[in-house]
Amino acid sequence: MAAPTLEVRNLRTHFFTRAGVVKAVDDVSFTVERGKVLGLVGESGSGKTVTGFSIIGLVDPPGRIVGGQILFQGRDLATATEAEMRGLRGNRIAMIFQDPMMTLNPVLRIDTQMIETVLAHKKVSHEEARQRARDTLGMVGIPSPDERLKSYPHQFSGGMRQRVAIAIALLHEPDLIVADEPTTALDVTIQGQILAEVQKLAQTTGTSLIWITHDLSVVAGLADDIAVMYAGRVVEHGAVSDVLDRPLHPYTAGLIGSVPSRNKRGEPLRQIPGMTPSLLSLPPGCAFRSRCPRAAEACLAEPEIRETLPGRQVRCFRPMTEAAEQAA
Amino acid sequence: MSAAMTAPPIRAIDAGAPMMELRDIARRFEKKLDLAGRIARRLGAPVKEEVVHAVDGVDLTIRKGEVVGLVGESGCGKSTLGRMVAGILPPSGGTIQRNGVDIRSLDAAAAREMKLRTQMIFQDPYASLNPRMRVADIVGEAPLVHGIVSRAGYDAYVDEQMRRAGLDPAFKRRYPHQFSGGQRQRIGIARALAVKPDFIVCDEAVAALDVSIQAQILNLFIKLRTELDLTYLFISHDLGVVEHISDRVVIMYLGRVVEEAPSETVFAQPNHPYTRSLLDAVPRIESRKRAFSVVKGEIPSPLNPPQGCHFHPRCPHAMERCRVERPILKEVAPGQRSACHLNDAA
Repeated sequence: MAAPTLEVRNLRTHFFTRAGVVKAVDDVSFTVERGKVLGLVGESGSGKTVTGFSIIGLVDPPGRIVGGQILFQGRDLATATEAEMRGLRGNRIAMIFQDPMMTLNPVLRIDTQMIETVLAHKKVSHEEARQRARDTLGMVGIPSPDERLKSYPHQFSGGMRQRVAIAIALLHEPDLIVADEPTTALDVTIQGQILAEVQKLAQTTGTSLIWITHDLSVVAGLADDIAVMYAGRVVEHGAVSDVLDRPLHPYTAGLIGSVPSRNKRGEPLRQIPGMTPSLLSLPPGCAFRSRCPRAAEACLAEPEIRETLPGRQVRCFRPMTEAAEQAA
Repeated sequence: MSAAMTAPPIRAIDAGAPMMELRDIARRFEKKLDLAGRIARRLGAPVKEEVVHAVDGVDLTIRKGEVVGLVGESGCGKSTLGRMVAGILPPSGGTIQRNGVDIRSLDAAAAREMKLRTQMIFQDPYASLNPRMRVADIVGEAPLVHGIVSRAGYDAYVDEQMRRAGLDPAFKRRYPHQFSGGQRQRIGIARALAVKPDFIVCDEAVAALDVSIQAQILNLFIKLRTELDLTYLFISHDLGVVEHISDRVVIMYLGRVVEEAPSETVFAQPNHPYTRSLLDAVPRIESRKRAFSVVKGEIPSPLNPPQGCHFHPRCPHAMERCRVERPILKEVAPGQRSACHLNDAA
């Protein structure tokens, strides 16, 4: 079996603020195989975006990676120099942001920005770079790419802008794309179009994808594996169908129960009481304890993530079993 | 298996006079020409004032006790329609009847009374609360001003409103910034309910919240509906949320209603091609690794909408007639109305 594209081991990214140390990412591990899609799911403040930023080396002070390894094709990115990262970023690893205007420069034409990106990592002629830019725009479904290359970002609609951002990420056929909520701000029909494009690309180019989102429904249709984060930690990890059909962690079960769907019309949703704790003052023990219906004495100690079934990991002393689910 | 699962709450149809009846409601926004534009026009240049038909001839009936979901994508006019229903934006054409009375025929006192009975809950819990007011004043000011509560009963009244929305009255001296997003939304709900309305317009009221908090607020809406016998117009782009909470669903596209039907019907047998493609595009938690279906093209600009049926440039079934003639809403099944020429052909 080939080595995975990305292997994150015990990653810790902390922010040293005046109010104290915020452990935004605390002991996160997962792997992404070649051509696979990992859905990284969590609510606001769960550390999913900081995990993505850590991988691509965009964590700014007061934050820094304080431990763990990010093995990208065997190289540890956590200890890579800025020069090494520059060689990889945009070339072998790319990122797509929620707001495409974070990727695009509003005062430069699309062709300027795309050609610049091509030339940054490849010694080709200007004309070849333009050709590449045009082909990539066509690949993400932008009509008449030749004319659109001459446009400015403001001349595109939100969905089209996101396509341009995706095209820029694809320019060098990266091995890994980190996508941070790229469709959250878009309308559903446009989101459907983008998801279809992304899915096609992952299948045809063998690019691995980390899809960061709060939306379990998107992950359900798109991803192969899922990692659920809560308060800076992965609480559950496994194949999408396993995790969504038979969640082991009470938080995952609560999240699934919170999603309105056709099976639960008119009934009260099974909600999770309370709210996410502040990362500044996490209580000792399991961070989900205070909201958990299954919390017990044992949860005062800190749970480790462990493999309960082959390919299934959960960070819980009292995981949901089928018997427990029926009792609930 | 609970009884609620087998029997979704369907309210008896035609229970009394409609709470809200909109006839041919329209709202136009005009952009006046600036100086350069006016000079250019005087010199004979073909410049025109830009007019957006945000809402273009909508009929909508909401009966007492009903939850009507209003769905559409950005720019379809759902928020504009909601604001007109709530009485905070005057329509540019058409009539609005509240409990059988045209609201324009009311005198000032009756109009104020009517406005009080319709309240609105907004999307952004950060922008819709005055940051300089304490929670007690945000919730209690309006009932005090309108004489719903006396000075003496004020404190107890505010406590009761906060408790009902799931807030601890001990926090009533706090300011909005000291609350989380979900709690702020509860403050907005407490404020709306404090003036004893019987009709609530929720404009994307749960869109800005995390999933677990969104579930809490949706549950609160469902609970308050039965407790206070409320009627809701629930505006959302999220079909999952609308399907969960609504009895009837109205779907808008570029300022017009394209389909209207009971919830079960819309999701089981959608009639209009736009409704169908919208439902196909919605990601569902039940789905597994699958090919996402695609509606071609983008939503056209409401400044310059396509002729005929607004959806025809994206519609897989578009015919010649769709390009020229505007389809009208027609009943296609009991309770289900759709605006599509295909229904005539069949």
